[in-house]
Amino acid sequence: MQEVRILPAGDQALLVEFGQHIAPELSANVRALRQSLHRIPIHGIRDMIPSYASLLVEYDPLSISSEVLSAEIRQRLPLKIEQLEGKQELFLLPTIYGGEFGPDLSDVADHAGLTAEEVVALHANRDYLVYLIGFTPGFPYLGSLDQRIAMPRLTNPRLKIPRGSVGIAGAQTGIYPSESPGGWRIIGQTPIPLFNLQADPPALFQPGAWVRFRPVDNIEFASIKRQLAEGTYRIDQVLNA
Amino acid sequence: MPRLHVLRPGMLTSVQDRGRRGYQDQGIPPAGAMDEYALRAANALCGNSIDEAVLELTMYGGSYEFLEGGNFALAGADMGARLNDRGLPLWQQCNAKAGDRLTFGWAKRGCRLYLGISGGIDVPVVLGSRSTYLLGKFGGFHGRMLVKGDELYSQPGQEKEAVPVVFSPDWIPSYESSLTVRVILGPQLGCFTEKGIATFLQHGYSITSQADRMGYRLEGQPIQIKGRADILTDGIPAGAVQVQSEGQPLLLLAERQTTGGYAKIACVIGADLWRLGQVKPGDSIHFQSASLMEAEAAWRDLSELWNRWVRS
Repeated sequence: MQEVRILPAGDQALLVEFGQHIAPELSANVRALRQSLHRIPIHGIRDMIPSYASLLVEYDPLSISSEVLSAEIRQRLPLKIEQLEGKQELFLLPTIYGGEFGPDLSDVADHAGLTAEEVVALHANRDYLVYLIGFTPGFPYLGSLDQRIAMPRLTNPRLKIPRGSVGIAGAQTGIYPSESPGGWRIIGQTPIPLFNLQADPPALFQPGAWVRFRPVDNIEFASIKRQLAEGTYRIDQVLNA
Repeated sequence: MPRLHVLRPGMLTSVQDRGRRGYQDQGIPPAGAMDEYALRAANALCGNSIDEAVLELTMYGGSYEFLEGGNFALAGADMGARLNDRGLPLWQQCNAKAGDRLTFGWAKRGCRLYLGISGGIDVPVVLGSRSTYLLGKFGGFHGRMLVKGDELYSQPGQEKEAVPVVFSPDWIPSYESSLTVRVILGPQLGCFTEKGIATFLQHGYSITSQADRMGYRLEGQPIQIKGRADILTDGIPAGAVQVQSEGQPLLLLAERQTTGGYAKIACVIGADLWRLGQVKPGDSIHFQSASLMEAEAAWRDLSELWNRWVRS
């Protein structure tokens, strides 16, 4: 692994950067550092924002100086990523592809020179790592996409994307937890709520979990929606080997 | 126990406190008052703890009726506040009787005014804070800005005999339409040319009409980028200055997205952050490079001042 950089992000945050690309081992380092700082806290840290390959550590300079905090973080390195706590969860996320639920599916297929069915097969038949939750409450950034179906964002973002929409942006895929504007290419929709204020933590997926999209048809989609409304649906979750 | 009825909500009035910490990893921004200085003052002047919620009035304040009287205080922008026919001072404790009407006009100086009531505004605590997160539609008063007919209560049993702070005239900030704030350069300074960094520090940037609680889109001399402006998505601290592909800066504030993929040329220092809550579209911002030592000293000074407002 390349050298870890610790950079000031203003006078009240340090950016701990493990690298500058998307890779599971960099993500594991971010999670391991966050876990280490949770388990043995450093006085003065106020909040942490994990991302693909970096952890933003916010602190109160009255409690700790940037040099001391930086040195204390360095002392935690290198991290033992094989000892990451927590089981490897794999969520099977029911998703309906195409049609009104995935208005950009045919564009993605055209861009890839594939049929819509082939795009779905490539998107669904794969386990994605949850790298981070960001952008809006509960929005999971998943990777990596099969290179064949990668496609840049829309040039003109949509003003309204329905809740549960599954999108593609470059080599990433993600899900909009609530209705919002956005520029990702929408290929499908899941009925599963990804964000719940009453839950702790509020986001369904946490970094380090795995997600596999499970294609469903109109009938099953409607049935899951009904079960969700009745409070009887449980998302399939298996332990990842 | 003051109780307020909204007659006209003004342009954008919401319940805010010091913000929501600890949930940024869930994609939830801190939200909270855009001007922490005036928020603290409004609470201190009521004899409240600094963590109580107040109303944040933006640009145009609207009008309110006291259904029950009590102590209150105004701190921040001058919106020509009146209680019935009488002009009201800012930065002082005031008192209202039931039936009194509180009216505000347009901000003459500054942009946001904070209305604190004795006891603090009673709304549910959501994820550790009473702040409204407008885009997320939660927190504060039903997750939204106030509308005509809303009723706000102060917290039951919270009205203490606390002696309010008497505000020294030295503590009253002046709000200028041309603001200079100090920044720490980086963390992605390497994405910019020497010329681009010099441009950023030498020229003023004006605030466009795209300015809200999430952030301010600025306009001015384009900042030269080395190659590409996009970076691998990372966490965004308050006051970060992102530069997008056209070379124009975007200042990220209370309701910023928690992560983003544009290079950050600089971040406004903690001690100057509150000043950004008092500038508005058309005003200009100059960025001045500061050292970490300077920023930490400024934060110590500001914290010491704020501590003088706190009564135990």
